[in-house]
Amino acid sequence: MTDAVIDTAPTPQAMEVSDTVAIQIQSMNKWYGEFHVLRDINLTVYQGERIVICGPSGSGKSTLIRCINRLEEHQKGKIVVDGTELSNDLKNIDKIRSEVGMVFQHFNLFPHLTILQNCTLAPIWVRKMPKKEAEDVAMHFLEKVKIPEQALKYPGQLSGGQQQRVAIARSLCMKPRIMLFDEPTSALDPEMIKEVLDTMIALAEEGMTMLCVTHEMGFAQAVANRVIFMDQGQIVEQNEPHAFFNNPQSDRTKLFLSQILGH
Amino acid sequence: MAEQDAFVRHEMLAPEAPPARETGATKWLRENLFNGWVNSALTVIAGYIVVSFILEIVPWFSNSAWNANSLAECREIAEGACFAVIRERWQQFLFGFYPSDQYWRPVLAFLLLIPALAPVLFEKVPRQTFYFTAAFPFIAYWLIWGLSIWYPVTAALGFVIGAYAANYASKQVSGVLSAGIGVLVAIIWWAVLAAPVGTLLNMILPIGLSSVESREIGGFTLTLILGVTCISLSLPIGILLALGRMSDLFIIKVICTGFIELIRGVPLITLLFVASVLLAYFLPPGNTFDLIMRVVIMVTAFASAYIAEVIRGGLAALPKGQYEAADALGLDYPQAMRLIILPQALKISIPGIVNVFIGLFKDTTLVSVISMFDPLGIVTPIRADADWNGIIWELYGFVALVFFVFCYGMSQYSQYLERKLQTGHR
Repeated sequence: MTDAVIDTAPTPQAMEVSDTVAIQIQSMNKWYGEFHVLRDINLTVYQGERIVICGPSGSGKSTLIRCINRLEEHQKGKIVVDGTELSNDLKNIDKIRSEVGMVFQHFNLFPHLTILQNCTLAPIWVRKMPKKEAEDVAMHFLEKVKIPEQALKYPGQLSGGQQQRVAIARSLCMKPRIMLFDEPTSALDPEMIKEVLDTMIALAEEGMTMLCVTHEMGFAQAVANRVIFMDQGQIVEQNEPHAFFNNPQSDRTKLFLSQILGH
Repeated sequence: MAEQDAFVRHEMLAPEAPPARETGATKWLRENLFNGWVNSALTVIAGYIVVSFILEIVPWFSNSAWNANSLAECREIAEGACFAVIRERWQQFLFGFYPSDQYWRPVLAFLLLIPALAPVLFEKVPRQTFYFTAAFPFIAYWLIWGLSIWYPVTAALGFVIGAYAANYASKQVSGVLSAGIGVLVAIIWWAVLAAPVGTLLNMILPIGLSSVESREIGGFTLTLILGVTCISLSLPIGILLALGRMSDLFIIKVICTGFIELIRGVPLITLLFVASVLLAYFLPPGNTFDLIMRVVIMVTAFASAYIAEVIRGGLAALPKGQYEAADALGLDYPQAMRLIILPQALKISIPGIVNVFIGLFKDTTLVSVISMFDPLGIVTPIRADADWNGIIWELYGFVALVFFVFCYGMSQYSQYLERKLQTGHR
């Protein structure tokens, strides 16, 4: 269903990846009570990298990226985001969160605020930006996701695809250095998936560091420079997309790919 | 199975108006009143009851007596209601035993309540009016209780000084600490400096009204004092209690949960007796801790425990994603609560909150059991009066009507608020 995007996107190699480390995760472990969700995760993400994380449901992919902005707490190991280590220090957490944008499966727009207010809220209160300036920034990004005309509506009046694009714009208004996407298209009707993926591709082309949990393999082939496959809380395989899809090494990866690409 | 021909629609159908019998009054009557023979029969019976009730009650009103000095006189003039008692005793219903030459003071206070409430209730009112709203409690206190104007002024100054101190401190230290400093400075001002400064100012420029004791205040004045004060205090306290109960901090959680469960598990009358009788034993002898103040504290504590639980319901109803989105954007806890969580949780809780408020407003009549003369308490001495002995319906009916007007007003306002805050489905 996402074949169309492949033609329009440039090859992954065309986009620059610097050698500055954006996120460093070292032997990180996490438990939900007795359940060991994430096991010995080691991952280094460089500035400008676009990483797609896939895997069967319950494999811990969402939990992994939610650990990066501390929506979930890890119990062992080390996560360093943009030079700041995640600890219980609330100041550090808020600082990291303001540098890391996140887009959720269910959009999580604030239903009591207009689209514009959704976008200006964090810049005004966290970045202490004057209201006028925040509105200019918000309109700039709303234009970028191609819905400036909806600025004064409420989220409930928009379609799912539009809401998700607003959610992306809302994150971008904080001028984040890293963007996390947690299954951004899973809750959308098929006809709206493309508009959201197009927005994400445009973002990737500008060199944003992106970690994206998704099952959109067309998107992975088009923009990712690394695909990570997770199962049972572990990173099972990672490779550049061409090799990953055409020559998977582990049996689990092969099985997973045959299941999602099989029809 | 019949053969299905291939079909392609070339012209889309335009929408048409519904058939005539599906709209208007006919449809409404048919669907709501005469929908089947059971419903038709019920409609006829109900109509008969309503009409005979009206026929019974209208003469009671139309044959009422307004000019009489006793019940016996009433009965001579007319067969219906004896509203003369309300005409004769309306001052007591409104003001209790407030000195009659000072009636203008509570009246003025309640007239000023209207502009004070306006910016709170309606968004379109200019924001500057909030300054008046902030000053209103002190003005109203001075008008109703009297004494020197400088005491409420110095009390109000405590808030201003505290706010300035907190503001100044926030430039040096962190948010929580500076708020603490502000509170501390204000408390020092009230405990040590406020009274002497007030007395001094009063000697320099004596402006004051004659003092009125709390015991003299009664009637709907008392109801409104208790209702307005307790409602406006219990909402913020209830919000804090609800947030405290949902908090991750163990001590705060335990304190808030304990307070809510303790206060909610005790009848309000018990709390009122504690306020009127027991506190007098616990407080040092010769204290002047005002009775109305004690009742306000108890009723506020009671209502805020209920409000807290209503708001906790609203907080629990919010999807977890709202908290996560607020966190992910880097908002800190106070910002997330104030800007994202509470506006939505309070909106969900409006019916429950107004429910508690209406209950509280009516519960203020319970103060009659600790011998305060609220509108219901006033009825007792009137009925004990030889002139009016035996009169019941008119007195309680009048009190009920006034309460209904206030409570219905609150209910209507809450519905207006719900409509205004409607921003489409979530």
